[in-house]
Amino acid sequence: MPDPTLITVMAGASLLGVVSGALGCFAVLKRQSLLGDALAHAALPGVCLAYLLGGGIGVDPKHPLLLLGGALGTAWVGTLVLQSVTRTTRIRQDAALGVVLSVFFGAGIVLLTLLQHGSAGASQAGLDKFLFGQAASLVPRDVLLMAVLGAILLLALAVFFRPFQLIVFDPVYAGSQGIPVRRLEVLLTTLIVVAVVVGLQTVGVVLMAAMVVTPAAAARQWTDRLLTMLVLAAVIGALAGASGTWVSSLARRVPTGPLIVLSATALLGGSLLLAPRRGLAWAAVRRLRNRRRVRVENLLKDLWRLGERDGRYAAPRAVSDVLAVRAAPRIAVDHARGAGLVHVAGPLVQLTGTGLERAARVVRNHRIWELYLTRRLDIAADHVHRDAEDMEHALDDEVIEAIDAALGRPKVDPHGQPIPRGVPA
Amino acid sequence: MKSDVLEFHDLTVAYHIRPVLWDVDLAVPEGQLAAIVGPNGAGKSTLLKAALELVPLASGYVRVFGRPYREVRRRVAYVPQRESVDWDFPASVADVVLMGRYGRAGWLRRPGHEDRRLAHEALERVGLAEYADRQISRLSGGQQQRTFLARALAQDADLYVMDEPFAGVDAVTERAIVALLRELRDRGRTVVCVQHDLQTVPEYFDWVALLNMRLVACGPVAETFSHENLNLTYGGHSAILERAATTLLERQRGR
Repeated sequence: MPDPTLITVMAGASLLGVVSGALGCFAVLKRQSLLGDALAHAALPGVCLAYLLGGGIGVDPKHPLLLLGGALGTAWVGTLVLQSVTRTTRIRQDAALGVVLSVFFGAGIVLLTLLQHGSAGASQAGLDKFLFGQAASLVPRDVLLMAVLGAILLLALAVFFRPFQLIVFDPVYAGSQGIPVRRLEVLLTTLIVVAVVVGLQTVGVVLMAAMVVTPAAAARQWTDRLLTMLVLAAVIGALAGASGTWVSSLARRVPTGPLIVLSATALLGGSLLLAPRRGLAWAAVRRLRNRRRVRVENLLKDLWRLGERDGRYAAPRAVSDVLAVRAAPRIAVDHARGAGLVHVAGPLVQLTGTGLERAARVVRNHRIWELYLTRRLDIAADHVHRDAEDMEHALDDEVIEAIDAALGRPKVDPHGQPIPRGVPA
Repeated sequence: MKSDVLEFHDLTVAYHIRPVLWDVDLAVPEGQLAAIVGPNGAGKSTLLKAALELVPLASGYVRVFGRPYREVRRRVAYVPQRESVDWDFPASVADVVLMGRYGRAGWLRRPGHEDRRLAHEALERVGLAEYADRQISRLSGGQQQRTFLARALAQDADLYVMDEPFAGVDAVTERAIVALLRELRDRGRTVVCVQHDLQTVPEYFDWVALLNMRLVACGPVAETFSHENLNLTYGGHSAILERAATTLLERQRGR
């Protein structure tokens, strides 16, 4: 029977991941990744002020709605300050972000300290949880509030998806179309503010930026479509929230918020490594495959050139002789045999039918390219071999055909060697 | 007598205190392929943005089809500079071209069947139909430019305002764009391009405005595009002009 507290915390953490993941995509694509950071820090004084206000007017100062309202308030003021600073002064956005972040955070810390030494006691009030987050303190009414805010955010995102896409991609064009760019930007920033505030109690102002940026960055690795990216970022955020909570429940005294952030980072790391096309692991595999292909094709070419000497292209040759041409590793022969390009019998190796075809093509590519370099690009004949060594493996038939036609189907390369056209009988 | 499609009246624009355009009076007649030329920093792009109400005017006013721009927006399509956006943005060619339809019938509405048809047609006209699903970062420079053109064509406008449509494109794309612009003109549309390459102006355009913060000359290419006018536009007098204007604005704004 799972612990109901754990379920509550997990639900809250996943919700936070969904919301910050989806909204974070726009912050990342707008190249305003640090906006979330500044906003989160700017929320801290608001929490303290709301607490003071609640005590002053006699409502429950710890009510989540009140505290979130306060957080929203100062975070929003923070964005206004940010925008007016960048618009009216010569301070650039990155510097302005730094200023807003530290000023508001400083003010928040001062208020927090004052409250701690005051009669109520902030640690008693539980306000310090907003600093680093305290997921364990989530109760069902907090999660309910997060769910309601999250639903509103996602609904707004669904309604404004297209205009948001347009103003982030090409705001100038959007303006020319009569789309209210500035107002939509304010709306988008407001939604990001709400998303940040939703996560404060769980992850804290210091680490909240990670939840805005990390799932979005991870999702970007997997897709080239904005809608897919939003959905993926939400899923990755939720996964990070749930798994971080679960891991922290296994060990006592391990804070949940940082673990959620670490889970998100692990998912980002995995995405950077494994995502198809962009992933580093696939790039490494592609490099490895390419190197193997080059080795095999060089072996075939060397066999072909031995054949050119005595006209017996498919004759068996001593493996050691073939490998000695360019000090190739033995594994090249194994790979070529694996691909059905050569037969191996004891110490002898010979080209198969497909091996012959492939060898002829590589040699043709090499020699046509050399001829192209000397004839069309005026490169000296003794300078073209190295370049052709690389290009013979990379050129496809279409390009070679175009060059061949342009050169008038030549018979020999710049060194007087014949250009093979098909397999010898 | 053909009417003027795009008019600038005594227009002055400044970024902070640096003047970009000063007292520009200019009217582009209908049905022309018009080029705006001038040295770097002459205010060419700013002139286009002023026409589209994208930059605040210090003084003067602009008329498009004789009306303020906001009233005739739907008859105008803008092609920004290709480098002005991040081409690594997660979108396909078709996504970008469909953006040309957002402004037509309410920007919250989902693009419908008709919008998609027009977008596809626009892609066919620029020769990118088979690239519709391709991610935009995997396009060549020329293909990116043609994507932007297709987005403007999808708007089905009467006036096309283009910021350096030939910048950084290959020869094939350049020929395709020229053919397209001529087709637009032959159907009675007006095209205004900021043009960097002076050599092609007489071949590609009917009408030209030479600009260097102030308007130097404008009119049919045959009469206006002269050595004398080019010298006036690209000559060295602009430094003095800019200093004079900066001083004036500094005084006015108390800086």
